[in-house]
Amino acid sequence: MIKAILIFNNHGKPRLSKFYEHYNEDTEQQIIRETFHLVSKRDENVCNFLEGGMLIGGSDYKLIYRHYATLYFVFCVDSSESELGILDLIQVFVETLDKCFENVCELDLIFHVDKVHNILAEMVMGGMVLETNMNEIITQVDAQNKMEKSETFIFQSTRQDR
Amino acid sequence: MALKIVKGSIDRMFDKNLQDLVRGIRNHKEDEAKYISTCIDEIKQELKQDNIAVKANAVCKLTYLQMLGYDVSWAAFNIVEVMSSSKFTYKRIGYLAASQCFHESTDVIMLTTNQIRKDLSSPNQYDTGVALTGLSCFVTPDLARDLANDIMTLMSHTKPYIRKKAVLIMYKVFLKYPESLRPAFPRLKEKLEDPDPGVQSAAVNVICELARRNPKNYLSLAPLFFKLMTSSTNNWVLIKIIKLFGALTPLEPRLGKKLIEPLTNLIHSTSAMSLLYECVNTVIAVLISLSSGMPNHSASIQLCVQKLRILIEDSDQNLKYLGLLAMSKILKTHPKSVQSHKDLILQCLDDKDESIRLRALDLLYGMVSKKNLMEIVKKLMLHVDKAEGTTYRDELLTKIIDICSQSNYQYITNFEWYISILVELTRLEGTRHGHLIASQMLDVAIRVKAIRVFAVAQMATLLDNAHLLTGNVQRKGICEVLYAAAWICGEFSEHLENPMQTLEAMLRPKVATLPGHIQAVYVQNAAKLFATVLKSQEGNTEGTAAQETSQLMIDRLPLFVQSANLEVQERASCILQLVKYIQKLQQKDVEVAEEVCALFAGELNPVAPKAQKKVPVPEGLDLDAWINEPPSESESEDEQPRAIFAKEEPKHSRPRHTEVDEKELARRREARKQEQANNPFYIKASPSSQKVYQEAPGVEHIPVVQIDLSVPLKVPGLPMSDQYVKLEEERRQKERAEKKKKDKKKRKEKRSGRGKKHDSGPESEEDITPAHMVDIVTEEMPENALPSDDDEKDPNDPHKALDIDLDSLVETARRRPLADSEKLPVRSHRAAEALKSPAEDGEAESAAPPELKKKSSKDKREKKKDKDRDRKKSKEEKKKKKHKHEEKEEDLLGGQADEPVVQPEETSEVAALPSSTSAEEAATVAEAAPVPEAASCTAPDSEPDEPKDTELEETKSSKHKKKKQKKEKEEKEKKKKKKHHHHHHHSDGGAEESVQNGTVEEEEPLPPMSNYCLLAENSYIKMMMEDADQVNDIQGNLQDGSQVVVSVIFENKCESFLKSMEFNVLDSLNCKLQRPEGSGPHDGLTVPFQLPPGVSNEARFVFTVQSIVMPQKLKGTLTFIVKNEDSSTHEKLDFKLHFTCTSYLITTPCYSDAFAKLLESGDLKGSSVRLEGVNMPFHHLLARICFHHHFSVVERIDSCASMYSRSIQGHHVCLLVKTSDQTVSIDAKCDEPTLLGNVLDEIKQTFSQC
Repeated sequence: MIKAILIFNNHGKPRLSKFYEHYNEDTEQQIIRETFHLVSKRDENVCNFLEGGMLIGGSDYKLIYRHYATLYFVFCVDSSESELGILDLIQVFVETLDKCFENVCELDLIFHVDKVHNILAEMVMGGMVLETNMNEIITQVDAQNKMEKSETFIFQSTRQDR
Repeated sequence: MALKIVKGSIDRMFDKNLQDLVRGIRNHKEDEAKYISTCIDEIKQELKQDNIAVKANAVCKLTYLQMLGYDVSWAAFNIVEVMSSSKFTYKRIGYLAASQCFHESTDVIMLTTNQIRKDLSSPNQYDTGVALTGLSCFVTPDLARDLANDIMTLMSHTKPYIRKKAVLIMYKVFLKYPESLRPAFPRLKEKLEDPDPGVQSAAVNVICELARRNPKNYLSLAPLFFKLMTSSTNNWVLIKIIKLFGALTPLEPRLGKKLIEPLTNLIHSTSAMSLLYECVNTVIAVLISLSSGMPNHSASIQLCVQKLRILIEDSDQNLKYLGLLAMSKILKTHPKSVQSHKDLILQCLDDKDESIRLRALDLLYGMVSKKNLMEIVKKLMLHVDKAEGTTYRDELLTKIIDICSQSNYQYITNFEWYISILVELTRLEGTRHGHLIASQMLDVAIRVKAIRVFAVAQMATLLDNAHLLTGNVQRKGICEVLYAAAWICGEFSEHLENPMQTLEAMLRPKVATLPGHIQAVYVQNAAKLFATVLKSQEGNTEGTAAQETSQLMIDRLPLFVQSANLEVQERASCILQLVKYIQKLQQKDVEVAEEVCALFAGELNPVAPKAQKKVPVPEGLDLDAWINEPPSESESEDEQPRAIFAKEEPKHSRPRHTEVDEKELARRREARKQEQANNPFYIKASPSSQKVYQEAPGVEHIPVVQIDLSVPLKVPGLPMSDQYVKLEEERRQKERAEKKKKDKKKRKEKRSGRGKKHDSGPESEEDITPAHMVDIVTEEMPENALPSDDDEKDPNDPHKALDIDLDSLVETARRRPLADSEKLPVRSHRAAEALKSPAEDGEAESAAPPELKKKSSKDKREKKKDKDRDRKKSKEEKKKKKHKHEEKEEDLLGGQADEPVVQPEETSEVAALPSSTSAEEAATVAEAAPVPEAASCTAPDSEPDEPKDTELEETKSSKHKKKKQKKEKEEKEKKKKKKHHHHHHHSDGGAEESVQNGTVEEEEPLPPMSNYCLLAENSYIKMMMEDADQVNDIQGNLQDGSQVVVSVIFENKCESFLKSMEFNVLDSLNCKLQRPEGSGPHDGLTVPFQLPPGVSNEARFVFTVQSIVMPQKLKGTLTFIVKNEDSSTHEKLDFKLHFTCTSYLITTPCYSDAFAKLLESGDLKGSSVRLEGVNMPFHHLLARICFHHHFSVVERIDSCASMYSRSIQGHHVCLLVKTSDQTVSIDAKCDEPTLLGNVLDEIKQTFSQC
């Protein structure tokens, strides 16, 4: 199970937080800070796993992260997930974002966090991996975006009618 | 209206959207909080508008703010509003917001049930998908219960996109609503073989998650997973399955053996590192589960270790990390294989990556031996010094202690060295583990008697230098060791070189700054020391010295008497009074030392940690019973129970006077002096000690005595423990040399004599003898302690609830079918559609009555059987029906309240048991259940509260039905008085309908009835036979002669194990026991189980009966072996099987019109019987006839009822039962007069017995 997925930048600013277990807002922020603290002090060429912090974790949990340019992608997972598998999943996630946003950069995530959530929802559901095939994910995301567009189109056309 | 909309959209153009909000926040870096608060105000305004677009926009912004840490729970209701928008765009925004901020205590969640249900059944797959995704984040037990059935329907959705989501969310549903697991499991299992890989992967995912927590329930799926493993090419699925096997193998070693080969193949063939790694992991798990040291598996271990070594040597840090992680698993069972890679692991200790160092540390635990312990710990101590970051250092510290203390200090050869290490560790800055070190010191000092002298000396030094430990604020945690030091010095004070000095050190004023619990130990142990000092001083015949010591105590103790900590205060004042008394005696030249010592005499033995738990509760003691009347609730609320036995928090115990300033102190001192001067009982202190008290603590006042040790405590520039390493080496060399000499003399005898308890270590280890004889005192356990070694699970673990036996749903020996109470609740309820007549299947020959089906709830067990049978039989029809069911659901959407009502038909569909043989077995279990329980099981099914609803539904639904059906219901709950309700329902040819309602009246509950009668019994075993229902499961066999199934319960009544039970019957011409093919007519049947003491089990035997018109008696014998611990004896038990005519009757439903036709036909011959003095209500009477004689009520009018039954050979038996006063007259008709006569006799007998 995945307990949480966090994306923050090099300064610890959250860009996306998805907790699959309930914490109150303050704890969530604390977790983000703590995770950032743990992850940011690590060198570039060390392993991508680390034992979780005090808040999120316990012995069964691990933080698995990847660092891309200005962003950290951190997954907090328990022992039922394959470590290397989750690393691949992060890669798939980032590649998917790259496809959906066309050369994704931090700004895309800043302004379109809702879209990132929607993409993530096609990959991970309730803490369990739903889909790992990038093409399938993109197909579903596109289909939903198309629906959304058609709805706004109807809305706009009705407005024009008036 | 139009204006309003236009206005709304214009407003919207001026509203900020999410991007504007983000931009705004970025532009207000200085006053972000202020800016956001204005934004929140705007959002609040937007939420007040009617326009859903505006609301959705506002909610979208709130979701963003939630991520930044703002509480948005106040908008929960608005989120629900947006969720219920018909537009996908808004719905998605709503569900996203809900998934981010809803949780179990969000109260508006209960408003969402119907909305979610609507979305789940939306024709648009993305509406459903979004609802499922959202629900997966905020599902509550209530939602899970209410929606479980809807989600389960979605598991068979046509779109794989929905299927996979529905499958995945089921895990969350199970967690919140464990009751859903059993009904949903068969379908979940089906999904393992779904054509869509995504759905399959989801199912694997869910089952793996379930199995990880409760693996034993999923063992039966192993073959299926094995098939998947060898066929699947999806690495994700493979990884999950392989991980699952890792969890299963410890429970089933045979599985492991099968796995090794395919896994090894995968290891060789795969290019995916992740898969390779998981394979290695599972192979390791397999090897662990197999008995170690099997020669043919050593190759596998080698393969694993080799592969792991490659991983560890890889430049990729991730692989290195994982390699070490997996290595630690091998270590547990195959330490030798890992130990050969010690070089590699020690190398990893120096890695720059902390994660890797930690992993390597874990491995060290298993790498140590007697030989290298000191060396390894030395290396770790170096790391401790170098480590920056306290977390890593603390980790090191705990690891050092773990390594040294493992398996009862197995590897420690020199405890002096260990104590020195512990003392060195106390010098660590800012560690949190003072307590850990302290407990080690105590443990070693208590359990290793030989070390006490040394330990006491070391502890005395620690106490002397206590200021070093307590001086720094950062060192708070470490002062715990003083607790241990004080206790050791006190308890083993006889070993102290200079007890007087230590006593002084313990009574220093600075001690008062220590945490309370430590002070308390100081005070208590000062008293022990005092006793020792007195003893030595009195021996010296210098009375004055002893008196001075008392005076010291009297001077110093008042400081503790003032302590804010109650414990310290109490102990101090007790001891102070004691010392004062002693002083008085001393002044009279009385020798007191002996008596004072007696106060503290006696050895304190260590007590095992679990000892308290294991004290058996004496017979007759009820720990839960109140000793006094329980206090009223209000009282208990007032009282705040105090944790008397828990450790006080250090900050509470800080003495008051440290906080008061100097002036105040001086003033108080003055006052006290004044008081003391006036107090005739106060013995004035000597000026010198008074001075010590007044001034700052002065170590220099106390003469420092050099402790004479074989090893100097501290060598400048070199940590002292290092000294031991050298010494140890020298010692070992010397020993080796000596040994060589000895060996030369008697080489052979020696070898065999040295087989000590540690047989695990390499041979060379045995050569190392401990420096001094260490006798480890074992921990005390209470007498007759209970042997259990239970590691309790966390009672709060949500997965505990999911420990549900699922095998019964799959094919295994002992099954438990879904009970009625386990059905998933659904909103709507309909009559059990098309409960197919049992008669329908088998027989074309059945001539007269139309195919009938009667479901008599009078006979609960009966009913269950019918249901189970129906499940099996109507399986093919289910798809059709389900379609119908779905249609129906749509009609009912929205308006229907979400009150869950159990619906039988749905369950039978849900419960589609995978194994076709299960119905029969299931029935057995149902029978075995005692009647009252069965009644309560079926209770929800009978819907006593809403009979009308049921009827309406039934009438409605029956229009669609093509099958002829009939349903009769009768309620006889054990509960309160319930409405007696039975109705007949008949539709003919799809058009004709006739509903014949029975009476609805208040009637008293029925007494429990059992069909089991004692067959035979002796001191070993009891056989109970079920005398009635045998014939019920054999419809399929009706054509060929007749079979009767007899259920016999065997109950072991003795203390021994019963096995090899053989059941044999002397066949008669008419009635034969069915034996397996190939066995002779006199061979017995082996009972397929063994019976441990006190256990009962049921076996079923099939008999073939030719003629059923007469009752039969068969003689039989049961032989069995009684196995005691030391002996086993052959025993036998004779019994008589009695087949009554009744037992050839099958409860068969019949409609009144068919019944009338039957009577009119004139084929039946009549007979009648009168029962006198029957004193029971009429419905009891009917129930008895139904229950014991397998009749069903066709129609009942007041005190008159018609009943019907049919024999296994197709004879019709009709009864007309009338009652007036206490007389019951039964007119009966049957096409076989002999049978009828016998049945009537039996009925008569039934009633004469009661």
